[in-house]
Amino acid sequence: MGTIVIDPVTRIEGHLKIETVVEDGKVKEAKSTGTLFRGFELILRGRDPRDAQIITQRICGVCPQSHGVAAALNLDSAFGLADKIPANARIIRNLIQGAHIVQDHILHFYHLSALDYVDIGDVAKYEGRDSTLNSVKDFLARGELGPFVPRYEGDYRLPPEVNQQATAHYLKALEIRRIGHEMVSTFSGKIPHSVGIVPGGVTSAPTVDKITSFLWKLRTLQDFVDNTYIPDVLAIAGVYKDYLEIGSGCKNLLSYGGYDLEDGNPDLTRRQRLFRAGTTSADLKLKALDISKITEDVKYSWYQDTSSGRHPEQGETKPEYGKREAYSWLKSPRYDGRAYEVGPLARVAVTYASGDPVMKKMVDSALAQLQAPPSALFSVMGRHLARALSDKFIADSMAGWLLELKPREPTFVEYTLPEEGSGMGLTEAARGALGHWIEIKERKIANYQCVVPTTWNASPRDDGGIPGPMEQAIIGTKIRDGDNPFEIVRIVRSFDPCIACAIH
Amino acid sequence: MIKEIPVIWLQMSACTGCTISLLNSASPTIKNLLIDQVIPGTHLNLRFHPTVMAGAGAPVIEIMEDTAREKSGAYLLVAEGAIPTSEEAVFGAIGERDGKPVEMKDRVTDLARHALAILAVGTCAAFGGIPGATPNPTRCLSVRQFLEAQGITTPIVNIPGCPPHPDWFAGTVASLILNGLPGADELDDNLRPHLFYGKLIHENCPRRAYFDEGKFAKKFGDEGCLYELGCKGPITYADCPLRLWNNGTNWCVGAGAPCQGCTQPEFPDLVAPLYEKLVDVELPVIGAYWLPGKEEK
Repeated sequence: MGTIVIDPVTRIEGHLKIETVVEDGKVKEAKSTGTLFRGFELILRGRDPRDAQIITQRICGVCPQSHGVAAALNLDSAFGLADKIPANARIIRNLIQGAHIVQDHILHFYHLSALDYVDIGDVAKYEGRDSTLNSVKDFLARGELGPFVPRYEGDYRLPPEVNQQATAHYLKALEIRRIGHEMVSTFSGKIPHSVGIVPGGVTSAPTVDKITSFLWKLRTLQDFVDNTYIPDVLAIAGVYKDYLEIGSGCKNLLSYGGYDLEDGNPDLTRRQRLFRAGTTSADLKLKALDISKITEDVKYSWYQDTSSGRHPEQGETKPEYGKREAYSWLKSPRYDGRAYEVGPLARVAVTYASGDPVMKKMVDSALAQLQAPPSALFSVMGRHLARALSDKFIADSMAGWLLELKPREPTFVEYTLPEEGSGMGLTEAARGALGHWIEIKERKIANYQCVVPTTWNASPRDDGGIPGPMEQAIIGTKIRDGDNPFEIVRIVRSFDPCIACAIH
Repeated sequence: MIKEIPVIWLQMSACTGCTISLLNSASPTIKNLLIDQVIPGTHLNLRFHPTVMAGAGAPVIEIMEDTAREKSGAYLLVAEGAIPTSEEAVFGAIGERDGKPVEMKDRVTDLARHALAILAVGTCAAFGGIPGATPNPTRCLSVRQFLEAQGITTPIVNIPGCPPHPDWFAGTVASLILNGLPGADELDDNLRPHLFYGKLIHENCPRRAYFDEGKFAKKFGDEGCLYELGCKGPITYADCPLRLWNNGTNWCVGAGAPCQGCTQPEFPDLVAPLYEKLVDVELPVIGAYWLPGKEEK
């Protein structure tokens, strides 16, 4: 088969090219190339530190809330406020981020991934009376099929009635995720790119009308997650069983933990959080997280080699396009010198490994339904399943948080902008561990560095030549048809890549 | 016979936020826009959209190039994002030709020349936005700046906002279908439709009475006008306070936060610091403002 180049990889966020070398029907080499650099870390320099919260959201319109939270935590710590954030503000931040991520996982499964498995062409055979499906049938009959063709042809395995139902769910999910964004907007003004989260707290008061409206939209989303999303993931995983083995990857997983559950603790890494912080591997044993072990390599990235191997606190962003051997605008974050996968699988596995009883029951029961061992989590379908369970874990927590809000109590703590300082903000974005670091001098941003989930997952080789997690997941995969390389795009999309985030 | 309007949606130096905002369209829904006859008798045939389309790789690039050739003068080009023009590096590429990356500036040149019209969606495409902010590391230009320099005269409508409200996009498209290209009297100097960008935020703000009375919030959560917390409503043209966001749920000032001025060409450099009061406006004359480097209007 030789070389397979997929450029652009679509139904992800941003600009990605995947190049593989195939020998004897198996991928021997894989290269992941991010093809858009904007230079956020350069644009942030010299600005008022408070503006980082607004500007970093624009790193990505799919994941703005998580950058908003990471930036606010970063600025809280730089301004000396990390232990002073009012409970109302902590909870509203959790609700804004939670609602955003619950809709985002739904978007990923239905609108970014499902067309790899679901053949909407089968709706042409639909004979029922559902008006939505009949409108799709009319659309198919008219014959102008963009954006659903062209596509890879061949490996669609679901029976016609399941394809029809899945198409109806694809359309229903568009409405459901829109409602998720209405929940975000309730407390945060608008979305994408919202204004409600600021250093020191949040801007809006938790009035009873907002709490009630949010609650019943949440119920709508929970109903969809429980009765449509999770059953659909299990059904597709049951038919595409080989994808419970394909795309296992590096099997090192890292989570920063997310959704603060306590007040007054200045140390982010030791704060009680819904998702736990830590690392784990194939043995699913929990290891403590040590932030000082994070470095970013650039030998194979289009940046000057002098900045390689630094901790993000001392990170630099100095473009050098065309550098010998380099092939991507992504840097290569590593933990303790090794490639680590981040994302829903990582935070679910770390929380599972920590012994959390709710998570343990949820994961064990899903695996039992698939008659699959825990090792099946390290796979394409394992990632989809973990994402769906992560979604339920967040959604089920939010109703309780809502009722902890105290309408007449503060949501914001006043502060003065410090002359100098440094900070760190860590959270779990939809796509995994997200970190922001800031250095302030003369009340301006002297340095701002972001290490973003897809920077970890879609990174190129590190200075030691070890491929990134997504590259490792592709290498070794059998390719059945080089003209329709389903295996590669299914592996890539299982990571839910966000390239605008990754490069920024 | 149903009229099919081919649409190519190009993502350049952007964040996909404009696309996600369009997914939030409530009436018409995104399903109405993609599948149904959005206006009876007309269907938008979305042939290329990186976030939505089923295909990947060379076949989708082929569709994009074929559409430009076969539907010359008849397709709509939607441009999301600014255009990196730096000669120092290939900062932005989409697909390949003969094994080499094709730069965004070359893609947009090829596609813009023969389009029926160009919708520059979002503040990056309309004005340069955040990728074009100081020090503008990749020399980003707006679609209008870039195409004017290339001598390409295809009509442009700017639909700024970071991101734009989905109604602004859907309404502009519906207007194109029903009434054809907008006349000069329907757009402002920044090529924004008056229909959506005709009034200042300040003119329709529910906190306007506080401003007129001189009652200003000093910190988040206070009652009062947000002017002293950095609100850019007095210089920002958009109908957010009337239309509201996310299916009528809320808007920035509604959440107790100042308007960031995100539909303006000044965003972000000339409206920064975002949480500092505007350099004094002659109060309370609507529409009058002064910013560094800008004449009084």
